[in-house]
Amino acid sequence: MSVATGAYAVSFGALSVAAGLDMWQTMALSLLVFSGGSQFAFVGVIAAGGANVAAIATSTFLGLRNGFYGVGLAPVLRPLRGPRKVVAAQLTIDESTAVSLAQPPDDVPARREGFWWTGIGVYVLWNAITVVGALLGSRIGDPSQWGLDAAAAAAFLALVWPRLITRRAQAVFAASAILALALTPVLPAGLPVLSAALVAIIAGWPTPKPSEAVPE
Amino acid sequence: MTAYVWTWIAIIAAGVLAWAIKYAGHSVPESWLENPRVHRIAGYVTIALLAALAAVQTFTAKGDVVLDSRLAAIAVAAVLLWRKAPFLVVVLAAAVVAAGLRLMGLP
Repeated sequence: MSVATGAYAVSFGALSVAAGLDMWQTMALSLLVFSGGSQFAFVGVIAAGGANVAAIATSTFLGLRNGFYGVGLAPVLRPLRGPRKVVAAQLTIDESTAVSLAQPPDDVPARREGFWWTGIGVYVLWNAITVVGALLGSRIGDPSQWGLDAAAAAAFLALVWPRLITRRAQAVFAASAILALALTPVLPAGLPVLSAALVAIIAGWPTPKPSEAVPE
Repeated sequence: MTAYVWTWIAIIAAGVLAWAIKYAGHSVPESWLENPRVHRIAGYVTIALLAALAAVQTFTAKGDVVLDSRLAAIAVAAVLLWRKAPFLVVVLAAAVVAAGLRLMGLP
């Protein structure tokens, strides 16, 4: 887990600086947004020349799943209020949710500990190693000469890969990629990516057959 | 205001929204979000946006669809992911492939 987190964080720091953000802005994204996919998306849209609003919207839509994680974690972490709730919300991400909910359902203390230790550990590691990545990125001249643009593409593919377990998920993947490319020459940068959300609505609207699993 | 300041505002806005979504999830009654349709669409939004980001990052430059060294890089990345390679290996391999092809004079 920590090796994977470190690898994500190094890539993010380097790509963010390559996208034109400075080191403080890169660190602020990791401290404030603290959700890998959303942060990669934010700098990806900026790097492609997209507007700030498009970057915010793409980052926010990718963070929607964290809201659903919060719903699932609420019974585990209850009672939760005040500053503790503010912090718990910020730590609600893929990793902390996965570790917490992987503990036995009747062992609430283990689930709670899994959430807090994973959340705090990933937060510290993620932010510390973002700085390392940003420093590396700032020593590089032309990002494309080092293949950093291809690295960003591979990072997005790696983030989505584990989610492509059902036929429908694979169809959403293909349709979204094609739609975004088809709209690239006609829409301002940033909007082709956002328009892929339409594919998600079309795919998720009908009630699936009971046999068909749905991505979380 | 300068572009630099606007970027800062965008970063803070993205941060506040990211946190607000998480906080809202902890706050709403469970029944509000039990709608399976909302759950399905939210799951597919993650896939759709990441797929679109991967495609745009691989096949476009300055508002046009282009084919260049990134095609070979993403193909290598896909094979490595299929072989269950770790994240850092996949990302590094893609960078090395693209950098190598460009060193040989390809776009």
